[in-house]
Order: sequence, then structure tokens, then C-alpha cells
Amino acid sequence: MCTECGCGLPGDKPFRILGRAHDHDHGHGHHHHSHDHAHDHPHIHDEPKRHVDIHRSILDKNNRQAERNRGFFHARGLLVLNILSSPGAGKTTLIRETIRALNNRLKTAVIVGDLETDNDARQLRETSAEVVQITTGTVCHLEAEMIARAIKQLHLNSVQLLIIENVGNLVCPASYDLGEDLRVVLLSVTEGEDKPLKYPPVFQSAAATIVSKIDLAQVCEYNREAARANLTRLAPTAPIFELSAKTGQGMEEWCAFLIAEQNKICARDPLVG
Amino acid sequence: MHELSIMQSALEQALEQARLAGARRVHEIRLRVGVLSGVVPEALQMAFETLTTGTVAEKASLAIENVPARFWCRNCYAEFTAETLFGECPTCHAISPELRAGRELELASLEIT
Repeated sequence: MCTECGCGLPGDKPFRILGRAHDHDHGHGHHHHSHDHAHDHPHIHDEPKRHVDIHRSILDKNNRQAERNRGFFHARGLLVLNILSSPGAGKTTLIRETIRALNNRLKTAVIVGDLETDNDARQLRETSAEVVQITTGTVCHLEAEMIARAIKQLHLNSVQLLIIENVGNLVCPASYDLGEDLRVVLLSVTEGEDKPLKYPPVFQSAAATIVSKIDLAQVCEYNREAARANLTRLAPTAPIFELSAKTGQGMEEWCAFLIAEQNKICARDPLVG
Repeated sequence: MHELSIMQSALEQALEQARLAGARRVHEIRLRVGVLSGVVPEALQMAFETLTTGTVAEKASLAIENVPARFWCRNCYAEFTAETLFGECPTCHAISPELRAGRELELASLEIT
């Protein structure tokens, strides 16, 4: 285990105890005898504190499950997206229209996370994709374990693209790896171009960003240059897709990107035939 | 508000490690929290007080080490600590895509008896 950066590996010993049992002051009056002894008798009266080094990720359990999910997905040649945004940025509409625009070029399945209701799942079932709903109750994000359980409900034979719609929330889901290939973060033009600056962790973790509802750009006085600059400052390597799921503007470019990414997965994994 | 569930995971791990080390009491739990972890230290503190009640970690203190964001600059071939949350190199002002530290959410150590 690396104690410098704390990169605890799953196989590491979980902790070690440093030999610091005797670096305390004795707060009592006795004097040491003149003989030289190893000083290993127990102190019942003033037990010294012991320091236990652990250096393990708090999200260790989730991270390990996420890696198991990732292995499972790769072995099947699945491209997996984890879609994040604030509520109402247009995740569900984007997913629905992506499936339609792909037009069977990638066979798609969807996992939808919501605190309550299956409204989004019902909307998505209008498409050709198989849909599983996760109702999280009060949990404000999806976790890798929930995904592992949800994929058992799906018939993944010949599925090439799995889209996970996370709970609408720009804070909490950022901490939880689900085993996805690409974390896609949406910003709608109605939210304002400074949103990325207000929620840096989630935008910084994006592998691709989408500016949605671009058909409303003019009405919202969307400042394109500022938005792109803010997104690039946080995630300099993430491609930006400006699109409207409603009018179809920019959708073909987005679909082409997904097809290329799925091809990459098939090309790099020796397990996929 | 995922701090409660994060604190719960941290405490579960801490109590398990304390048990393995034969602790009767936990005096301090130390966490390392990166500035880009998306977790608010104050919220962790609040959750900690609630969750430790009735455990061997009751009355323990929660120490939180903040880990700054560190990036690697490919132009300067050097690591730098970012003043803001953006990875802008203070020397060449290029934006770095390579975050090396700052996302930590880690149970670092315990003080036990």
C-alpha cells in the first residue's frame, strides 16, 4: 500500500499497527529503576493510544463492484454510458431520441435511476430498447451494486450500448463509479453557462459533455463561447456535443461518436469476438 | 446529501478495523478528503456525531485532512498544486487534463486504546 497517496490496492493488507506504544509521557510519579530493561511490562493505569494506519478508500466497496461491472461489460463488448445532469436538463429525452436516431445501428438497453416513479422508464419503453427502472427511494445517486442487480433483469444478448440514466443531481453521483466507460454530463442552455463552475467535481469527471436544448439558445441568451470555455477549463479532453434532442440538431454527430466508441471497445478487448 | 452514507461507510470500515486491532475505544478517526471529492467536510462532521452514538467511537474526534488538487503539466513536465479547482499550470497557463490528487475519500488512520 502506498501511504503517500493512499492508493490502497484491494489485495493489500488492510492496515498495519505502528510500534508507537511507548512514545507517551508517563503522567505518574514513579522513577525508573536503574537497571536496563526492555520496558515491556503492561501499563494498566494509563493505556497508551495506538495508531492504526488504514489508508483505504471509503468507497472501496463501491469501487470494487464498479470494476467487476466494468469487466463484465467489456467481456460483452458493451459500451456503457453513465448520464449525469441536474433535474430537468433533458436526460430522458436525450436517451429516447438517441435510441431513435441510432435506428438499430447499436442495439441499446437502458437502466433508469429515480428517487420515485417510473415515468422516465415508461417514456423510454416507447422505444425499441429494453428498460429497467431502479427506484432509489431516498438515495440521491446510483451505486455500482444497484447496477449489478439491475443488469440481471436485462437480456443483454447482442446489446451493444447500455445507457444508465443517473438520478438528477450534480453533486452526489459524481463520487460513485458504476463501471461505465464514459461519464456523460449534460448542461442545458436553460441552466446558464456558469453551471460547470458551480459544480466542478462532476464536470471535471466527464468523459464527454453535452449542451442540450440548443434550439433554445437564442431565447435563453446562451453564451456559447463562455459555456465552451468553462467546460474546457474543467475537462480539457472531453468532447462537447451541442444538440437538441427535440429538433434533432447535432444528434447525428453524437450518434457517430457512440458508434466509434463502441467499435473501440470491440477492437481493444481480446475477449470480444 | 450523500455525506451521511459516505460517513456511514467510513465508520463501518473504521469500526471493523478497530475490532480487528482489539480496540476498546476509538479516540480519533482520520479521513483524507480531496477538494474535488464532492464531499462537504462540515456535513461529514454532523453525520459523524449522529452515527458514532452508542459505538466504541462515541466521543471520538473526527480529523479531516483536506487534500488539494494536484495536476501534472505535460508542457513543463512538473506537478503543481492548483490554486483553484481548475488545472491551470501556474507556469505556462495550459489547462492540464491529468489530475493526480484531489479526489480522495479515504479512511486514513485511527487512534485507539
